[in-house]
Amino acid sequence: MSTQSPTLHPVEETAATEQISEDARAAADEARVGWERFEQLIAEDKRVEPRDWMPDNYRKTLVRQVSQHAHSEIIGMQPEGNWITRAPSLKRKAVLMAKVQDEAGHGLYLYSAAETLGTPRDELYEQLYTGKAKYSSIFNYPARTWADIGAIGWLVDGAAITNQVPLCRASYGPYGRSMVRICKEESFHQRQGWEILYSLSHGTEEQKQMAQNAVDRFYGPALQMFGPPDDESPNSRQSMAWNIKRFSNDELRQRFVDMIVPQAEALGLRLPDPELKWNEERGHYDYGDLDWDEFFSVVKGNGPLNHQRLAHYRAARDNGAWVREAAAAYAAKQQQTEYDAALLAA
Amino acid sequence: MNETAGFTAQDSATRISVGDAITPEDLRSSGAATDEETARYALILGDDSLMLAQRLGHWISRAPELEEDIALGNIALDLLGHARFFLTYAGTAWGKTEDDLAYFRDEDEFRSARLVEQDNGDFAKTIARQLIFSFYSHELYSRLVDSADETLAAVADKALKEVAYHQDHSAQWLLRLAGGTEESHQRMQAGLEAVWAYVDELFYDAEPTPKLAEAGIAVLPSTLREPVMSRLTQSIEQAGLSIPEVKGAFGADRSGRFSEQRGFILAEMQVLARQHPGATW
Repeated sequence: MSTQSPTLHPVEETAATEQISEDARAAADEARVGWERFEQLIAEDKRVEPRDWMPDNYRKTLVRQVSQHAHSEIIGMQPEGNWITRAPSLKRKAVLMAKVQDEAGHGLYLYSAAETLGTPRDELYEQLYTGKAKYSSIFNYPARTWADIGAIGWLVDGAAITNQVPLCRASYGPYGRSMVRICKEESFHQRQGWEILYSLSHGTEEQKQMAQNAVDRFYGPALQMFGPPDDESPNSRQSMAWNIKRFSNDELRQRFVDMIVPQAEALGLRLPDPELKWNEERGHYDYGDLDWDEFFSVVKGNGPLNHQRLAHYRAARDNGAWVREAAAAYAAKQQQTEYDAALLAA
Repeated sequence: MNETAGFTAQDSATRISVGDAITPEDLRSSGAATDEETARYALILGDDSLMLAQRLGHWISRAPELEEDIALGNIALDLLGHARFFLTYAGTAWGKTEDDLAYFRDEDEFRSARLVEQDNGDFAKTIARQLIFSFYSHELYSRLVDSADETLAAVADKALKEVAYHQDHSAQWLLRLAGGTEESHQRMQAGLEAVWAYVDELFYDAEPTPKLAEAGIAVLPSTLREPVMSRLTQSIEQAGLSIPEVKGAFGADRSGRFSEQRGFILAEMQVLARQHPGATW
């Protein structure tokens, strides 16, 4: 090229320009190949792994979803954790402790899954700390009585499982795999919640009333955990196209309602929805409208405990800062000592 | 029961022991019944573990890092497990359950040492308390495995394996806090100072331990003092900290002279159970 045309530019510059365009072309080729491969993986319903090329929006959507899920596990430790010291029997205390501890574990897997997408845990912590990140609104409701621990297990964890079982097949490998273990533990959690309510609803009159009140309070918010109705859920369509989400919000909500109606009957407790009835034609239970004004208000930060939950989280981070600094300083000193020892030995 | 519910009341949602490990429920249903004196000894062991489990349980969701929420939760769960065995076993002498003993005894009926009742304080104080208790209980269980009482020996055997991890956890944090930053060094030293007055009580030969020790059933606490203190001294000095110059607090005898904190611990722990006497949960 340079031999045929008279050089208007210095030779070096031309070479540099050619190099840049070479690089750009190579990058474009790689992106095209990556894109095609990504499209193919999705079309064939296979897994996308951390080192695979993926569209920026796919990555962003996943980081948002996975970290929100992780944050929900962490904030979710609070309402139940607040009953550990008051659990009414030692067996219940042990089970509750194990459960809240599982939630910390879920948070860990999920933060790790998010890290494989290139966002460090500290950055995600910061988003939660500053209030920028969202977490499941249900945890902004108080756990007032022991029966709430049962209702949270049965309804909240039950809704979570309904949502999460299809996520075990999510197209992003690390997310799907972390969900497999989480779902196993969540189904145990739902069972313990149901069992708490069963003991209460078959106990004294006061216990039964406590159980009914808890179900009355958590039923609506639990149904809202699936998110807004399909026609008001802007992100759902793309997530479904990418095989992250497999069923729509309303489909999952229906599945959940169909599951809990017979379970409530077995408990001998009433679900607080006068419109709840079997629809022979649809083969599903019909249920009444939910209070979406309340939902959006809680999402925006005006739930009963939004401030308390965040303040609790911040206090834990603040009070522990010196411990994390100490651990980091100690590790750095150890590394330096090992380095010095290696130098001396050499 | 409605089968479509997917659950039955008999589901083992609350069986937390892995594999074939014995559970407090197994112990109770085995029909084993102990005598009054062994029961009183088991209460001492059970109450220590119960109080500390209750204290540690408060850390969950408040720890400096997620890994520590899990670690402190694990230790609390192990200790609660030990407490459940000891209280269940003690209860067989009086026809009482673990919950009767945990929830319906008053302050002056507990036998726990003041060390385990101390409040959590900062992370360093919690680690100091845990270091002392796990070194003590490791030494204790490593001898109790040879108890002439088969149940106590079996519980000690299970507990010993778990307490080995608790020791490691505290010792590792002792090193990190002592050798981390200036602040953490000072806090770790202050944590030791804050609980040191209550170490002595762990080695007091409270009734009916001496008689049971003679029969090969119990471990005499005073015989634990030398090995435990020597290991504690070594670990603390190796970490670059000093043994606090704090005298043992008066009344170190697991008697009625318990800490002011015990009442608050029990008020919180027992409140719901006592609001509904006779209820099952």
